[in-house]
Amino acid sequence: MTEQRVSYTLDSTLETVDSAEQAASRIATEAGFDDDEVMRIAMAVREAAVNAVLHGNAYDPGKKVSLDFERTGGDLVITIRDQGKGLDPDKIPDPLAAENLLKTSGRGIFLIRSFMDEVFISPSLTGTEIKLIKHVPGSSGHVKEASQ
Amino acid sequence: MSMKTSTRQVNGVTIVDCSGRITLGEGSVILKDVVRDLLSKGQKKVLLNLGDVNYIDSSGIGELVSAFTTVRNQGGELKLLNLTKKVHDLLQITKLYTVFDVKDDEAAAVKSFG
Repeated sequence: MTEQRVSYTLDSTLETVDSAEQAASRIATEAGFDDDEVMRIAMAVREAAVNAVLHGNAYDPGKKVSLDFERTGGDLVITIRDQGKGLDPDKIPDPLAAENLLKTSGRGIFLIRSFMDEVFISPSLTGTEIKLIKHVPGSSGHVKEASQ
Repeated sequence: MSMKTSTRQVNGVTIVDCSGRITLGEGSVILKDVVRDLLSKGQKKVLLNLGDVNYIDSSGIGELVSAFTTVRNQGGELKLLNLTKKVHDLLQITKLYTVFDVKDDEAAAVKSFG
């Protein structure tokens, strides 16, 4: 990974979702993850961006989504923030429960948790911050620059 | 790559060949429209060939579930054919692999419709 930290401020649009996914794919590749892990990280970021754009900011053109990628302590840390009402993770139904299996939504956070090593969701009155952490393969736990 | 579909008939079964991405926005809308159009024509035996679908997100999964229940509620059947590993893995972790009737041989899949 050539950058230590990359930040984006994005509009509340569907294009933002694609941009976030593409940025995640590129940065995860640069960090040394294999193709399967890159796909998982990119999908987790995509799902978080969908939540921010749709459920958080509700496509409000006056609200922004911020996206930060940081390589720190042997981890790839990705933070997505919106300016919505705040997502309460405790109120999200379990999508694996029998009564929810045929629901057409509600799997985004589950997929994020499935694909990342650690996930922290911090709702507030001014928006939701979701922090996604993936341990970089072969890392000694210290901040290192990639060879490329 | 956005999603593309084409349909063909084999022994009374409508096979929908899908390719590209089934994601929030265009891909999910296309799938919804295709299934709605088939049902409006009375074509209720639907086999979704996902062999060239290389990516699906939670919205796409939701649209697959919606298609499945919509067809079933109208007395039809919707089955899946030729899952890529990525789509297979997603259906496994979401426990939907056991909900859908998933096939990997087209001829056998067509025969399996009642």
